[in-house]
Amino acid sequence: MTAPLLEIDDLAISYKIGVHDQRVVHGVSFRIEPGEVVALVGESGSGKTTTAQAVLGLLAGNGRIEHGAIRLNGTDIAQWPQRRLDGIRGAVVSLIPQDPGSSLNPVRTIGSQLAEVLQIHKRGDRKAIQARVLDLLTRVGLTPAEMRAKQYPHELSGGMKQRVLIAIAVALSPKLIVADEPTSALDVTVQRRILDLIDDLRRENGTSVLLVTHDLGVAADRADRLVVLQGGRIQEQGPVKEILAAPRSAYTRRLLSDAPSLTKARPARGTLPTEDFAIVVEGLTHDFPIAGGKSKSFRALDGVSFKVRRGSTHAIVGESGSGKTTAARSIVGFLKPTAGRIVVDGIELTKLKGESLRQLRRHIQLVYQNPYGSLDPRQTVFKVIEEPLLNFEPIAAADRARKVRDMMRRVGLPEAFLVRHPRALSGGQRQRVAIARALVLDPRILVLDEAVSALDVTVQAQILALLDELQKVLGLTYLFVSHDLAVVQQISDSVSVMHKGRQVDGGSIETVFVRPDSDHTRELIDAIPGRNMPVPWTVLASSPDSRAGLSQ
Amino acid sequence: MSSQETSESDLALIEGHETLPASWITRFKRAPKSLALAWLVVLIVLAWAALPELFTGYSGTEGVPGEQLRPPTLEHVLGTDGLGRDLYARIVYGARHSLSGAFVAVTVGLLLGTLLGLVAGSRGGWLDAVIMRLVDSLLAVPSLLLSLSIIVLLGFGTINVAIAVGAVSVARFARLVRSEVVRVRRSDYVEAAFGSGGTFWAVLRRHVLPNSLTSVIALAALQFGSAILAISTLGFLGYGAPPPTPEWGLLIAEGRNYLSRAWWLTAAPGIVVVLVVLAADRISKSIQRSGA
Repeated sequence: MTAPLLEIDDLAISYKIGVHDQRVVHGVSFRIEPGEVVALVGESGSGKTTTAQAVLGLLAGNGRIEHGAIRLNGTDIAQWPQRRLDGIRGAVVSLIPQDPGSSLNPVRTIGSQLAEVLQIHKRGDRKAIQARVLDLLTRVGLTPAEMRAKQYPHELSGGMKQRVLIAIAVALSPKLIVADEPTSALDVTVQRRILDLIDDLRRENGTSVLLVTHDLGVAADRADRLVVLQGGRIQEQGPVKEILAAPRSAYTRRLLSDAPSLTKARPARGTLPTEDFAIVVEGLTHDFPIAGGKSKSFRALDGVSFKVRRGSTHAIVGESGSGKTTAARSIVGFLKPTAGRIVVDGIELTKLKGESLRQLRRHIQLVYQNPYGSLDPRQTVFKVIEEPLLNFEPIAAADRARKVRDMMRRVGLPEAFLVRHPRALSGGQRQRVAIARALVLDPRILVLDEAVSALDVTVQAQILALLDELQKVLGLTYLFVSHDLAVVQQISDSVSVMHKGRQVDGGSIETVFVRPDSDHTRELIDAIPGRNMPVPWTVLASSPDSRAGLSQ
Repeated sequence: MSSQETSESDLALIEGHETLPASWITRFKRAPKSLALAWLVVLIVLAWAALPELFTGYSGTEGVPGEQLRPPTLEHVLGTDGLGRDLYARIVYGARHSLSGAFVAVTVGLLLGTLLGLVAGSRGGWLDAVIMRLVDSLLAVPSLLLSLSIIVLLGFGTINVAIAVGAVSVARFARLVRSEVVRVRRSDYVEAAFGSGGTFWAVLRRHVLPNSLTSVIALAALQFGSAILAISTLGFLGYGAPPPTPEWGLLIAEGRNYLSRAWWLTAAPGIVVVLVVLAADRISKSIQRSGA
């Protein structure tokens, strides 16, 4: 066997927080052979990004390698100074960053940013570099290259920006590419094309890839070997097929069971009343004015209609820009539609304004995608949950406190958390607080706008279980907005598939997923990662022993 | 670099536990030296303003005949002026005038500016446009010229000078408050507060105002320093309090006549003004950091 390309040996990394050193990576060892794809999998806080940053010498200023070696082609680079690392970064090891939106310089053309990496490493004169830039852009599918090279980042979509970053990463034909969550900010169909592109380039040049991802589905489809991290320690590592077929650690088993996938349909529920609709949407159309032109506008929603039965879950799925969020915001009354009718609980929402609209808020509540932004950082958890009660008829302080405690119990949070501020809670705990705030007014309808997309799979599974329980106990109606078809299939009764403002598919989950009407729906379903995920025991694992259980 | 975000959230998880509120004394001990020094300067000057007679045995306004223009000695720490008045005593008694002037100036600017910025930022539309264009035109006029015109309208005197200086800072406060309010208003938690049935004023009071105030308070501390400077400038030019008053700007102006013979008459009050302004700046910076 040849020497490994990258060998990480007993690596420990700590961050300086205040005066203390907090160790986040504890003795991690793994190796990458030439041409191999190794996936580093784990939830946030598992140390996967920190490990990847250390390989590139890009640890944050307060980070420090305590001990261990990072051997690249047999040379230990762990203690190299930045200046020395400059010589190998880009040329031998390169990075595909996580967020294409903020990784390009907004005031320079993509051509010049791509040329920069070639200039730094002095690869040829200006003419040769220019030719190579056009060649690279063509290779990553940005054509016509002459036109693209002159464009600025804001003229490109997220997927195209990620292609530019990939072109920069492969420009010098490095031996190893570190891809840090390269597609987590992208839609599924785009994600699939980007991952295909990385695969192709890798095969052409025999490059190795260290793929950092939280998505077990992506890792299962694309990697040769898996390294599962938890709390800075390796739980297990080995060939993908072996781990998926027979995971040895309990943690890997949990990750596998929590990952949403198409193979897990929700258990069928009792028959619902047929003609009692909580939400009726007819011909919903929304135009946004475009800045600059008075008569110009952009049609975000175009004649969308659907009905939601009381006590059921309806999902709106689509990629970014499909109009799903616009639809959700119209239904809770934050946007006035240009045309169409929205009837919520028998009340026509589109005609309401001012005080009557405010009164309707009791019946319909919204839970946001980002639990970090939707809670006021200055309020305690108690104040957050109490606030909606203060907005309507006054009730005594003692009654309010009782209701808040009741709500905390329902969402499965300990009472001790009431005095905490949101920053002292994890993402999943914050989302529980947001759900408690939404439910404290006893609404009948909950609109969930990508409410689980920002959470790790394990936390996501817990929140979904909580939502399911609450629906059973309180008879809630959910409108579930998501880009994730696997999650949608797991929890919804009916679905609307949106594409460019139009509803391209709609109906019960079974009809849409098994016999989709539109090509777009088929494309969406095909793009879901996780084809290689095992089927049998995941179904068993979604049993109610989940940690999100109610204390009732 | 984008992966920075992930590592920050990693840290947030590690930190998980709530930090206990530290007592004032331990916080003072832990503070950086420059900040502790800044607070010390401010506290001493505040004490001068509150109880000047505790710090000096001399009068702030009456001189001792025969002791004119003495250089600094043990008896007169900072020397005496042309009328035999102890300079240290004049500076100590002057603190009250200069500080109260600065306080009034900052209050005027803070209250009016916050009100304008809050209304402009939260209402938006034409009202926002009108208020902010007015603010722009205020900023276009040089501040010294503007305060001079206001003093000419109001008449001379310490309080009038303070009001004039405060009126000039209204524009800066209004701009900052508006930008903060616009930022906070766009956040999800404000929309969520409306979504849970909050009225406009309730949301403004519970969320928008508290979350906008950190940088406003930092600006107030900064303005406190520059107000002292501006009031001293106007005092120096003769628009402030009438002569026997030991206001700091006036002290510097009076010392100017003896610059060649008695350097301490301009240097000492000048250094005090500089120290207080620097201290206010340092404190302002720490407030801003704690909010970020």
